[in-house]
Amino acid sequence: MSEALVSAIGSREVLRLSVNGQDREVLVKPYATLMEVLREDLRLTGTKHGCETGECGACTVLIDGVPKLSCLVLPAQAEGTGVTTIEGVATGSTLHPVQQAFMDAGAVQCGYCTPGMVLTAKALLDANPAPSVGEIKGALAGNLCRCTGYVGIVEAVQEAGRALA
Amino acid sequence: MTTTTTQPDPGLSPDGDLRIVGKPLPRVDAVGKLTGATAYADDIELPGTLFVKFLRSPHPHARVLSVDTSGATSMSGVAAVITGSDLPTKYGIMPTTQDERALENEKVRFVGDPVAAVAAVDEETALAACRAIHVEYQRLEAIESIEQALLSPTDEPIHDDYAGPGNIHRLAALEFGDVDEGFAKSDHLREDVFFFEGNTHLAMEQHSSTATYVGDQLTLWSSTQTPHYVHRALSKVLDLPMSHIRVVAATIGGGFGGKCDPFSHEMVVCKLAMLTGRPVKCTLTREEVFYAHRGRHPVLMWVRTGVARDGKILAMHFRTALDGGAYGSYGPASTLYTGALQTTTYNIPAYRFEGVRVFTNKAPCGPKRGHGTPQPRFALELHLDKIAQEIGLDPVELRRRNYVKPHTRTVNQLRITSCGIEEVTDRVVQASGFADRIRRPGHGMGFAVSSYMCGAGLPIYWNKMPHSECVLQVSRGGVTLFCGATDIGQGSDSVLATVAAEELGLWPTDIRLVTGDTGFAPVDLGSYSSRVTFMAGNAALMAARKMRGILVGVAAEQMGCSPSVVEVCDGKIGELAFEDAAVLAQERFGVLSTHGTYTPPSDLGGSFRGAGVGPSPAYSYSAAVVDLDVDPRSGEIHLNKVWLAHDIGRSINSLAVKGQVEGGVYMGLGEALMEAQAYRHGLHRQPSMLDYKSPTFLEMPDVETILVETLDPEGPYGAKEVGQGPLLPVIPAVASAVHDALGVWVDEVPVTPDKIMRALDDLAKGREGRFGPKHFPDVPYPTMHKVASPDAAPTTL
Repeated sequence: MSEALVSAIGSREVLRLSVNGQDREVLVKPYATLMEVLREDLRLTGTKHGCETGECGACTVLIDGVPKLSCLVLPAQAEGTGVTTIEGVATGSTLHPVQQAFMDAGAVQCGYCTPGMVLTAKALLDANPAPSVGEIKGALAGNLCRCTGYVGIVEAVQEAGRALA
Repeated sequence: MTTTTTQPDPGLSPDGDLRIVGKPLPRVDAVGKLTGATAYADDIELPGTLFVKFLRSPHPHARVLSVDTSGATSMSGVAAVITGSDLPTKYGIMPTTQDERALENEKVRFVGDPVAAVAAVDEETALAACRAIHVEYQRLEAIESIEQALLSPTDEPIHDDYAGPGNIHRLAALEFGDVDEGFAKSDHLREDVFFFEGNTHLAMEQHSSTATYVGDQLTLWSSTQTPHYVHRALSKVLDLPMSHIRVVAATIGGGFGGKCDPFSHEMVVCKLAMLTGRPVKCTLTREEVFYAHRGRHPVLMWVRTGVARDGKILAMHFRTALDGGAYGSYGPASTLYTGALQTTTYNIPAYRFEGVRVFTNKAPCGPKRGHGTPQPRFALELHLDKIAQEIGLDPVELRRRNYVKPHTRTVNQLRITSCGIEEVTDRVVQASGFADRIRRPGHGMGFAVSSYMCGAGLPIYWNKMPHSECVLQVSRGGVTLFCGATDIGQGSDSVLATVAAEELGLWPTDIRLVTGDTGFAPVDLGSYSSRVTFMAGNAALMAARKMRGILVGVAAEQMGCSPSVVEVCDGKIGELAFEDAAVLAQERFGVLSTHGTYTPPSDLGGSFRGAGVGPSPAYSYSAAVVDLDVDPRSGEIHLNKVWLAHDIGRSINSLAVKGQVEGGVYMGLGEALMEAQAYRHGLHRQPSMLDYKSPTFLEMPDVETILVETLDPEGPYGAKEVGQGPLLPVIPAVASAVHDALGVWVDEVPVTPDKIMRALDDLAKGREGRFGPKHFPDVPYPTMHKVASPDAAPTTL
């Protein structure tokens, strides 16, 4: 076991990732997940881990604008793409309309699901600026939240859609 | 001890002169959480950190014969390996439940009980080292159910710290008033048996802790709801003076009661930091969180009630049996909570409660939102529905005839003050059209009410310190509020900032907060029992009013007027900008510091053994109507809508209150319909977020939140709790709605399609159309303690 481990640790590879519009070069273990690389190597800890097995949605990032569970993505799969994490959503200190709507609608409580929710909602609104309640629920159904009962989040996404229109 | 409640003007109108209290303002911590800037415990990584993994028991019950760590200690990258002999001192959240060790070296009591821990350069190395540790176990009979725990153990009891007998942890037998006489006078008697399966908190954030030990000073950052109690436990287990320990509650990604106990991983990272001199971190995996648990107890319940012809309750006898899992935790309190709050909604003139908590070889149970009261609330509300049906009375009307009145004492001596139970009933019945619903096949509506405490009236261990304290400091024009209270996502930081801002004429975001930190903030007992708004809110109010007095005095002098005419609003103290007034005052007095405290009144409950559980300075009231459709071919439930009216006393922030109500409704629906922490041969059946079903966006119905403001005489600005209460009526209202839809009773939570189908099958066979437990086991309850009734006269406040 430990020999295999040592050999695995020894075989790292260099990857070039574009994260929040910046090119980053990282040396990663071949079995590391994108979530681990973002959190541990790039210290972008806004990407949360809730289960590490693709069940909760807390680690959602956008890959070329599409929501992906970063705990199920290998960094190599993200090479040549544009990765957006929660740190890349606001413009400077000005919140994105989705973030602003979450704030105003009380859609944030403990905040642990929030980065994944905001990114998934942003992707939805980028593709469909005026989604129905059913479309919002369908798009966000893979993101669990234990605090809000989802009610405020649906309201926030509707409001963000109006703000972006 | 003096009572330090602040008395707001009870005649103040809901808006009164308040500028920001009650407004739907954003949380003060929202921006950091929305941008990823906020650091939760697992986001903390100090230079040179070592990472911890645990070796845990694979057996539900076994003696530990030997632990050989030599294979691990010799591994490259391993800094330290510890076992039970390194941390032999037992601890537990209550003085009476000091029954766990951070690492077990004598025997393991559930799958997941920690035996050894490794600190290494990374998690993989720590994990590999754990696999190299060899433990020799001698397996013992595993106790898997309440019924089995009540039998004499074949091998040995799970614990030898308790009197037993066998695997019994705690027994209670209390009687208030003459129950036999009440039954004898009753026109109608009914008995029912119910079961509530255990479930868990499933906070999105896994527990994480980081410790440093530098120059005889230990610091722990942890996802904890109760830094005050963790501080004490660490001092005991590590044999360090409390003055050399600082516990900081990091930003918490959801609690719900799951981060209320001192945990093994917290002790272990501290011990390893002391041994290695390096920062040491541990984050539990999701599977480990399921086994850390401390969630809802499975409870078997039996209730007998006698009513007069008009539906008035004359006597009630309530029995509960709690499956406690492997350790004591909050168990004695949990046990008593299953019997304490039946009387805060209904006037029960004679009441008998018998409770038992047993140990089983499963992950330990503890407090979850509503602590020990959702289970009996489910039983009680369905039981009353059945009585109403039998005597031909509308279920809402039956309840109304028994509602408690404001400013009274219950038969078990609890002090009721503000009480909006009538109003929440009226509002929810009216909004939902419950009374005038048009019947269609498969459609049902259910109604239930509940109440919950605004903080436990007594601390967990006996001490005379205030329950909550705030220090408010003004320096260089900036305001900092220090309080031990812990924001677990419920918004307590925002409550404290709003209170201070209201009094000082500022905005909540003008207030800097230092909270949940035993090194820098004064005492607050923690985020449990829905105590923070009421208790820390009052402490903040007192501190802020003192500070306001200082600033107004200085401004009045400067302006040459009486302090009584100095207005405080919009960032100004009279004619002076807040900053200028603050600097002027600092020139005169030095740094400005005021403090506020809150200790509950001493007359909230009785003095009998067990009277410490249930008393609270105020009770919130909630009523729910659930509207659903059930497919009789599959038992599948479709939720249409939930109406929830809540007596909040007064909203400090209506947006946050609405969010707490919606979250409570959601969590109640999850418990009612799907969530179950169930085991097979000691193994959790679903220790993952996929298998442990919780509602998604798609299962969540519309929620209409109705806030009723009763202006509590002792709450800050009249405020009461909202974090826990609104969950309670939802669960029985779901089961009641299923009965309304199909005519069958599912007397067991969760109410799943298979249980509905079995109840329908029962109905089709000409029986009562019920699914649920058949009988309540024989329990060796102690001799009944008959408590003398309090004076029935209304309490004068």
